[in-house]
Amino acid sequence: MTEIAHYSEVWRHRTPRKRLFMWMGWLALVALFVWCWQLMTENTMWYFVLDAPRQAADIGGRMVPPRWSYLPELMQPLWDTINIATLGTIGGVIMAVPVAFMAARNTTPSQTILRPMALFIIVTSRSINSLIWALLLVAIIGPGLLAGIVAIALRSIGFVGKLLYEAIEETDARQIEAIEATGASGAQVLSYGIVPQIMPAFWGISVFRWDINIRESTILGLVGAGGIGLKLQASLNTLAWSQVTVILLLILATVVLSEWVSARMRQAII
Amino acid sequence: MLTLDGLSKTYKTGDSALSDVSLTVPKGQIMGLIGPSGAGKSTLIRCINRLVEPTAGKVLLGDVDLARLGKAELRRQRRRIGMIFQEYALVERLTVMENVLSGRLGYVPFWRSFLRKYPAADIQRAYQLLDRVGLMDKADNRADALSGGQRQRVGIARALAQNPELLLVDEPTASLDPKTSRQIMRLLTEICAERDLPAIVNIHDVPLAQQFMQRIVGLNAGRVVFDGPPEALTEAALTTIYGEEDWNAMRKGDAEQAEAEADARARMEAIA
Repeated sequence: MTEIAHYSEVWRHRTPRKRLFMWMGWLALVALFVWCWQLMTENTMWYFVLDAPRQAADIGGRMVPPRWSYLPELMQPLWDTINIATLGTIGGVIMAVPVAFMAARNTTPSQTILRPMALFIIVTSRSINSLIWALLLVAIIGPGLLAGIVAIALRSIGFVGKLLYEAIEETDARQIEAIEATGASGAQVLSYGIVPQIMPAFWGISVFRWDINIRESTILGLVGAGGIGLKLQASLNTLAWSQVTVILLLILATVVLSEWVSARMRQAII
Repeated sequence: MLTLDGLSKTYKTGDSALSDVSLTVPKGQIMGLIGPSGAGKSTLIRCINRLVEPTAGKVLLGDVDLARLGKAELRRQRRRIGMIFQEYALVERLTVMENVLSGRLGYVPFWRSFLRKYPAADIQRAYQLLDRVGLMDKADNRADALSGGQRQRVGIARALAQNPELLLVDEPTASLDPKTSRQIMRLLTEICAERDLPAIVNIHDVPLAQQFMQRIVGLNAGRVVFDGPPEALTEAALTTIYGEEDWNAMRKGDAEQAEAEADARARMEAIA
């Protein structure tokens, strides 16, 4: 032990410099908020805002009672929507798996070419919303289910690819080392050392993405990519508010159900 | 027989982990490798099967220089070297049987391993090995359902499934309690004796090394500073390997050893 006569009673978590930066950060945040508020109020037509409660009440009044007799007509589009989500997820996952293996640092065949390419695919897929993918695809392959399925698949590549490649990078290197030490080939190291370790993540991610895709595919019809969104658009256009209610409730029920299924499946895996 | 000749390893950071290590391990010899943390024990055994690439020197297994092999030939030669790891390094989500059969990966084509359609002889041998390590009834359990000692037995069976000519053993008991440690060490030495198999065992527990090893090599800062039988491991020798410490106090503290011994003997008699 060193000889110290007097121990300080003062200890601070952050250095004065760091504290100064923190204060400046908070100040900037408040300034930004004030500025945004001004911008927002400047472009608002207050006449419409003041009118809002009355309008909401009016539409609300037209929405009830829901026109339940419309329900049977919705079953086919709902089935289409579920198919878009499911087939789109399967397609997306199939395409995402090789991308993930190319993107993970520990499995990529080439750090300099393939890995940046895979990361680029992931970013592209993630940065474009399903609705925009669908818009593009409706223009390319025409309106209908196929455009919806492909849109969902393309959007899913990024999500599944990113989470899966992170799971691959987090695998336990010792298990892989042990398989390498037996004299196994590259493909065997993959199938014995890595695949078993990422299986729970793989199923978890896929089911989670399917659950998200159910929600996303309900609106794809708005741009003509099939499913229940088509009916929603038709009802909105004809101001058939009581039908809109039925559609929204049906979507709500479907999403709740898919979330329940996905939660149960993920629980069963882990 | 394994011969290391002038084996050196310098990491990219410039740290010299091994410098000019020359050793010969004859058939059937169990050699303990002791030394402080960072002395290069782990690097040394990984340089032999080239999980770590040596910078200089030769690794002769029989008359093949492992240090000079290309990728494909290295894979073929790795089959001759079984490795046992500190934290078992089993594939946790696979069954015990799949883990043992993974020792055959170097011998079977990909489709067989992928479909788990191993040749009948491999399967029979795997069962034999599981029986030998006392885990016959656990064949279809998942590896992560086993206790530490049981997992290390699976690790041993996996290494033996390769039908190796050399065992590399990296801290086999570091994650085990003293009693299980001794059981595992005994199993290892028995198996090596049965098959006349040479082994290099990294071990940080000096009393355990003295009890089970036929020869002890001490490493310090990547150099061999001691090489002799366990009896020659005097206080002075330990000081050259590890630095100054009260060695006698350490040895006395190993009372549970005797207890574990008795227990293990009883177990062996029960099996016989």
